[in-house]
Amino acid sequence: MQATFYIASAVAIFATVMVITRYNMIHALLYLVISFLAIAIVFFMLGAPFVAALEVIVYAGAIVVLIIFVIMMLNLKEEAVEQERIWFSRNTWIGPGILSIILLGELVYILVTSASPEVSHQVIDAKDVGQSLYGPYIIGVELCGLLLMSGIVGAYHLGRQKKKVVHRFLENAEEWKQQL
Amino acid sequence: MIHLLWLIPTLPFLGALILVLAGSSLTRRTAAGIGCSVIGLAALITLLIGYEILTTHTSAYSDIAWHWFTVADLSVGFSFRLDALSLVFLFVITFVGFFIHVYSVGFMHDDEGSTRFFAYLNLFVCSMLILVLADNLALMYLGWEGVGLCSYLLIGFWYEEAKNGYAARKAFIMTRVGDTALAIGLFMLFGVFRTLDIQEILTKAPQLWSTGSQTATVIAFLLLGGAVGKSAQLPLQTWLPDAMAGPSPVSALIHAATMVTAGVYLIARMHGIYELAPLAQQWVGIIGAVTLLIAGCSALTQSDLKRILAYSTISQIGYMFLALGIGAWSAAVFHFMIHAFFKALLFLAAGTVIWSLHHEHDIFKMGGLRKRMPVVYWTFLIGAGSLAAIPLITAGFYSKDQILWLAWASARGGLWFFIAALLGAFITAVYTFRMVFVTFFGEEKTHAAHLPGKLMNIPLTVLAILSLIGGFIELPHTFGHVTWMSDLLLPVLPTTVLHEGAESSEIMIQIIAAVVTLGGVSLAYWLYIVKPSLADEVKSACFDIYRLWYAGWRFDALYNTLFVRPFVWLSAINKRDVIDQFYTGLASATEYFGQTFSRTQTGVLRWYIMGITVGAVIILTLSLLLNP
Amino acid sequence: METAAVEYGLVLAGTLFVLGLISVLIRRNIIFMLISVEIMLNAAGLAFIAAGARWGQADGQVMFIFIITMAAAEVSVGLALILQIYHQLKTLDSDAADKMKG
Repeated sequence: MQATFYIASAVAIFATVMVITRYNMIHALLYLVISFLAIAIVFFMLGAPFVAALEVIVYAGAIVVLIIFVIMMLNLKEEAVEQERIWFSRNTWIGPGILSIILLGELVYILVTSASPEVSHQVIDAKDVGQSLYGPYIIGVELCGLLLMSGIVGAYHLGRQKKKVVHRFLENAEEWKQQL
Repeated sequence: MIHLLWLIPTLPFLGALILVLAGSSLTRRTAAGIGCSVIGLAALITLLIGYEILTTHTSAYSDIAWHWFTVADLSVGFSFRLDALSLVFLFVITFVGFFIHVYSVGFMHDDEGSTRFFAYLNLFVCSMLILVLADNLALMYLGWEGVGLCSYLLIGFWYEEAKNGYAARKAFIMTRVGDTALAIGLFMLFGVFRTLDIQEILTKAPQLWSTGSQTATVIAFLLLGGAVGKSAQLPLQTWLPDAMAGPSPVSALIHAATMVTAGVYLIARMHGIYELAPLAQQWVGIIGAVTLLIAGCSALTQSDLKRILAYSTISQIGYMFLALGIGAWSAAVFHFMIHAFFKALLFLAAGTVIWSLHHEHDIFKMGGLRKRMPVVYWTFLIGAGSLAAIPLITAGFYSKDQILWLAWASARGGLWFFIAALLGAFITAVYTFRMVFVTFFGEEKTHAAHLPGKLMNIPLTVLAILSLIGGFIELPHTFGHVTWMSDLLLPVLPTTVLHEGAESSEIMIQIIAAVVTLGGVSLAYWLYIVKPSLADEVKSACFDIYRLWYAGWRFDALYNTLFVRPFVWLSAINKRDVIDQFYTGLASATEYFGQTFSRTQTGVLRWYIMGITVGAVIILTLSLLLNP
Repeated sequence: METAAVEYGLVLAGTLFVLGLISVLIRRNIIFMLISVEIMLNAAGLAFIAAGARWGQADGQVMFIFIITMAAAEVSVGLALILQIYHQLKTLDSDAADKMKG
């Protein structure tokens, strides 16, 4: 069974690397979906089937789809891909790469050198999570509701396009500017 | 009546206060009226108090108006003390001051700033009164500084012209040098006696010091330094001729009658210390003698009417210093009083002449004013006669003659003092009547446009009368031996010690003095009326000496090279101001760091995220290193 | 069923987090930065789940639910903002939005 875990992890890491190196946004998002699915399997292996399902439904199913919708709404052309190619040069990898390797090294060091306790081998299913949510963490649930509410209102308000009112004399201003 | 003593300085102060605070809302006439009436009231109170003192033979009266401050051992209050010496000064200041105020109403009639003028004049009179009434040296120093301030304000009264401002500044700075010496002297006095009360010092001094004591000599020289600055004697005499840039009433009040005599008052008041320091006293006399000769020679060559009178003032105060130096204390005070009368008269009359001729100062452009302005002519003649000490009829004869005689006869006097005084008398007569003859006789070169009115003529007349009869209160032995003045001053100032056999020489000294004076007058008459061209020949023959004397013996040039130029050079070097650079350096360093740090705010999002990452890495590394 | 070792879960989470971090630091396109932030959030959630599995409690999963909720709200608001930026600046370059500099 351990093999499943390792294979899923490998897929997740590989998919993530592909996400961060693509020029085309839609390609990157598709790889992201794969990464999330792999993570869901990892969740399953860690004894959390409920959040595995949740990951697929909400994360891969809703959030990524939302991002795809917005990209389509932006109506980007081929130039976007070209621009990505230009911006994405070798030199930009060096600094962040070094920093991140240092960070990763430190994380791994901390994890490996700390004492590893005995792990419980139980599966925490939806019922336990539900009881926990509606028990001690009820306030958190309410707060999440508030958060989502504000998210909706904010997204609606911020996404509105106000029509620019131009005086009829200046309506042709753009054309004149281009003629000059 | 005597308990109203505190009113005397307070009334002018109130006048000044009212004019300063509300002067702009008063009419000029009201302001002038207020200015004159407070001084008139003060003069009236002085007369009443003086009458009371003379009739009841009170020797001294002390009063404290207000406690000023107490610091450790020093307790200073506005304590006034009236005795004979301060009574004489009080009388002169308020009386002559009142007449000068009345004169100023006419003189400053057309001037826009006359309210300010009366405010300053009142403040000056208040400061001078505080100076002479002060019972302790700290309060006297307050008055000393006050008169210096008012002198500055009034010399530079017509401030729109830059040269007036420079003259005022020069006067202030030079008197400041003297004031510093005076202050150090006060510090030393306090250090020795732990008090600045004058009477206490004068009683304790003989007990503490023997004659010729070194401390006493040093203190006496320091006080002399202060007196020399205020009274325009050598070496600080160069400011007074330039101070003639002020209006003529100012020259009359401040630079003839009162402020410049503050030095005389100081030395007379602190006579106890000078008696314990004979060396210093001798130097007082030497300075007086040399100054009177130098100033007399300079006055001989001047062509500006007021400058002649300025040098004359320096010379006459030299006489007073000479008298103080040889121990003729009451003679000095007597000469002060008479000098105040005739010098104020001369300045006011000169002011009238200048005013009538539309601010023409050069005497060689005047002439023939004798018939045009008779009142001014006669009063000026009386004043000049008193200055030259015409025998018997003028008051100046009696006061100057007394000094001459005591220069010969006093125990501290001597041949050289006498010769200097005699030569000075001759020169005085020559330059005085040169002034009179050139200004009032001969043909009229500038026409006198407007004649003075009553407000300007009446003070002239009153002062002329005083210049004539003022001397009769102190007649020498040969003429009836009236000694009202010296009797009055007897409780305050010590009597002059004569050397043996001196009394018999008095009549001879008087004859010599009279001959010298009349000789001087005739020389002036001959040079300027009979044979005018001879004066020019003499001048061109000794042109170098003429130039030297004209420039005041080149003291101005000397001080310029010794003090002014190095100071200007130093301040030009320090223009960047070393101390300021520290603070501007701080400011520019802060600015530099601010700009450097603001460059970290690039506005680029990735930069900020990089910052967060770097910070996280550093913190993690540190925590790993510190707790492995 | 048998669960995997917790450390490996945490190491995986750390790796994914760092990968997301690299991507955020490098990319200039705003949308890619948003995607990278999603990767990082996901990795953080994975760490929580691993921790919850170690203690045998539901707390880790509860935390993950909160994280997902927050990520959803954040993405929706963020995309709305991206739309606004695209309308204002006519580009998706994050360096173009540097008016706050200095």
